[in-house]
Amino acid sequence: MKSLLTICLLATISSTALADKLAIVGGKVFTGSEQGTLEAATVLINGNEIVSVSASSAVPEGYQSIDASGKYVTPGLIGAYTQLGLVEVSSSAGTVDASVSSNPVSSTGAAYDVSFAINPDSSLLAISRVEGFTSAVSGISRSDSLFHGLGAVITLSGTGDPVLKSRAFTAVNVGNGGADSNGGSRAALWVMLEEAISEAMQVSSAAQLSPSSQWHGLNSRADVKALKPVVNGETPLLMFADRAADIRQIIAFKQRYPKIKVVLVKGMEAWRVAEELADANIPVIIDPEFNLPGSFEQLGATLANAQRLEAAGVMVAIGMETHNIRLATQHAGNAVAFGMSWEGAMAALTVNPARIFGAPDQLGTLTTGAKADVVVWSGDPLEVTQAPEVVIIDGEMVEMTSRQIKLRDRYQQRAESGQTSQYIR
Amino acid sequence: MTTSFKQLGITAACCCALLLSACAEDKADKAEQSPKVTIDKNPFPSKYTPLPGAPTVITGVTILDGIGNKIDNGMVYFTDGKIAAIGENLDVPADATVIDGTGKWVTPGIIDVHSHLGVYPNPSTHSHSDGNEMVKPVTANVWAEHSVWPQDPGFGRALAGGVTALQILPGSANLFGGRSVVLKNVPDRTMQEMKFPDAPYGLKMACGENPKRVYGKKGGPSTRMGNVAGYRQAWADAENYRRAWERYEADYEAGKNPTPPKRDLNLDTLMGVLKDEIRVHMHCYRADEMAVMMDVMKEFGYQIYSFQHGVEAYKIGDLLAENNVCSAMWADWWGFKMEAYDGIRENIPMVHEAGACAIVHSDSDLGIQRLNQEAAKAWSDGRRAGIDISQEEAWIWLSANPAKSLGIFDKTGSLEVGKNADLVLWSDNPFSTYARADKVYIDGGLAFDLSDPASWPVADFELGQVGEGDIK
Repeated sequence: MKSLLTICLLATISSTALADKLAIVGGKVFTGSEQGTLEAATVLINGNEIVSVSASSAVPEGYQSIDASGKYVTPGLIGAYTQLGLVEVSSSAGTVDASVSSNPVSSTGAAYDVSFAINPDSSLLAISRVEGFTSAVSGISRSDSLFHGLGAVITLSGTGDPVLKSRAFTAVNVGNGGADSNGGSRAALWVMLEEAISEAMQVSSAAQLSPSSQWHGLNSRADVKALKPVVNGETPLLMFADRAADIRQIIAFKQRYPKIKVVLVKGMEAWRVAEELADANIPVIIDPEFNLPGSFEQLGATLANAQRLEAAGVMVAIGMETHNIRLATQHAGNAVAFGMSWEGAMAALTVNPARIFGAPDQLGTLTTGAKADVVVWSGDPLEVTQAPEVVIIDGEMVEMTSRQIKLRDRYQQRAESGQTSQYIR
Repeated sequence: MTTSFKQLGITAACCCALLLSACAEDKADKAEQSPKVTIDKNPFPSKYTPLPGAPTVITGVTILDGIGNKIDNGMVYFTDGKIAAIGENLDVPADATVIDGTGKWVTPGIIDVHSHLGVYPNPSTHSHSDGNEMVKPVTANVWAEHSVWPQDPGFGRALAGGVTALQILPGSANLFGGRSVVLKNVPDRTMQEMKFPDAPYGLKMACGENPKRVYGKKGGPSTRMGNVAGYRQAWADAENYRRAWERYEADYEAGKNPTPPKRDLNLDTLMGVLKDEIRVHMHCYRADEMAVMMDVMKEFGYQIYSFQHGVEAYKIGDLLAENNVCSAMWADWWGFKMEAYDGIRENIPMVHEAGACAIVHSDSDLGIQRLNQEAAKAWSDGRRAGIDISQEEAWIWLSANPAKSLGIFDKTGSLEVGKNADLVLWSDNPFSTYARADKVYIDGGLAFDLSDPASWPVADFELGQVGEGDIK
């Protein structure tokens, strides 16, 4: 069975890898657009763009066909909040670029910029992309400062420049974690946040930040520069919080600074303020599986969170992991098992994170002109037993291999042949 | 003051008596024997009482019996806490409660061999961190059951995921982390009220990075070779201790009046392993380390019942089979440390295909809620890699193999007549993300019913708090 699959896959790749024009025919297509989900549709790809998605099964001349009948076709999934490209092995294994300790260039942590740190050769990228994740949002996970620096939107193609959008967002933790590293109390944390934000707003000219002028701000000069796009409403501010009281503070913050694009992250008790979040137009990035009171700020945690947020009209994105961002499909599937709509869960893995981060090229959708990141799945992507069969990034079919697959193949061969392991490749 | 003097007087008298008898013993071997000293092996006995149940039959249901068989449109009948009949057409008493299982599936209850519920409970405050006695590398004297907080809301969540029994292990900081305890997942007031009657104790051991990281700057071990020296010295001490007790018993049987060895709680546990009364469950990721540990096992003549995590077990399936050691694994966790870097999704099916005992485990308060999905992932990943295992065979990873490794397979872990009625009725094929546990029975008592919020356990901690009794 394995060898047959391998042969089929190789045949498919060799006949189409160099094709400019691909037609994915007959699949159930989730478009992430007004077109919704189409049964037995055709997706046409020319170069690195989607040409069209239609209910017709006609394939124009010059297109290589990929038969997707009985299968699902989706936009490439987007890891909504990860450290991909910033970490290889998390613990006791050398530098982890997702973890920043204090440095004189920054006093509030806003200035740190991960776009310099993304490693496209990280084994995690191939391991994630063969599971249908074609891009991701990547940011700093650990910082003892107020802000967690500037994150990026990256492609998992593993080729060329991985950064699709640098300086794509800024993050701040206003829950226990943020309080613990900023005075030990929300009473200190929020005053600091207010000061840092209002200071960045007050700086109106580059001259104020020049090395020759006096600067006595709470932020460093680099911090202020990093915060400007946030206070101008150009890039989102990710605010981490779980308890309802903190989320209400976030909503009040949004009311004070209506220009700032606020995004709630984690939000275990977000369902308790779902209506208010919807009214304030604040999207939420969650891992829907958190349903335990890990601390006193998470008492209301429930797997019904995603469904309740969706019902209130909140935009939801799902996917908070790094090594196993590939499990976001399972997380979304469990949100569906607890009442979320299938379309809503699919949007939470694709178009919603793209919109939240203002990703370029209509990422996360299958629409005319969109970046051709497409996945053909053996079945429903939210079923744990289904998997991608074809992954296309920028119009090119990626090789369905990874370090893990090579390890598997080596030891399957070892079991059959008894060969000395390190000579098996 | 008076009382104290009296006590002192009594103590002094006792000492004199002891001295006198010791003197007498020296003079004549045939002197009167002191009462024989024995070690109470069960000082914290189970007080578990099953939930009340009624004779029940589930009809029209797809059954995975947990030992490799599938029955379509089947029936399972249980009464008095036991499975009484299973098959396609059963004659059952007219007064049995009938549950229509059309479109649903029945499996044995899931058994998680690796949980820290109760010892690392929610909320995970520092004051609740009771899972690792990180003061020295050999702490076989500590027992996880003395840390278990039955009010951990995690027990109820695991129950909603179909977990009917679970092994609570100490953490993996120490070479010898302490004894484990097997619990029935019926959350109650005390550990004893949850304790699985007559389940053998386990001993948690740990390979690799954790002990050397924790003790590297605290007197060692600081290397993997230091770890192995630590295990071997401890087993050598245990052999010595065992000989001392055997000598005492032999002398006593011979009519002498020997002095019993000084009780050592650490060595009590290790001696229990050497006598095959206590089962070793060893945290070990790397293939090369597991191979070394199986040699240490042979050197000292004990059995490792399972490697826990076994992230590289797929590399040595043949050795695991040969040595009869189970491997308890995640479906896909990897990369959080160097020894987890070679994790692959086909680990579980590859171990199974090698003829070794594969177990799906959680080590997580979230993962334990969806172990059926972990098995489903491993099953499908295996199939895509050409390993053709049926779903009915794969369920062995969730109930039968865990029960065997824990020494409770004579009581639970499969749907066979006479076994405990520990079973789950699933809303759909449990290999689907969308399936949920509709009803969970433990010893025939309905411990969880998805359609009845009154049946959802609410821990004391959750009473009067936000989210009390909510869907979880």
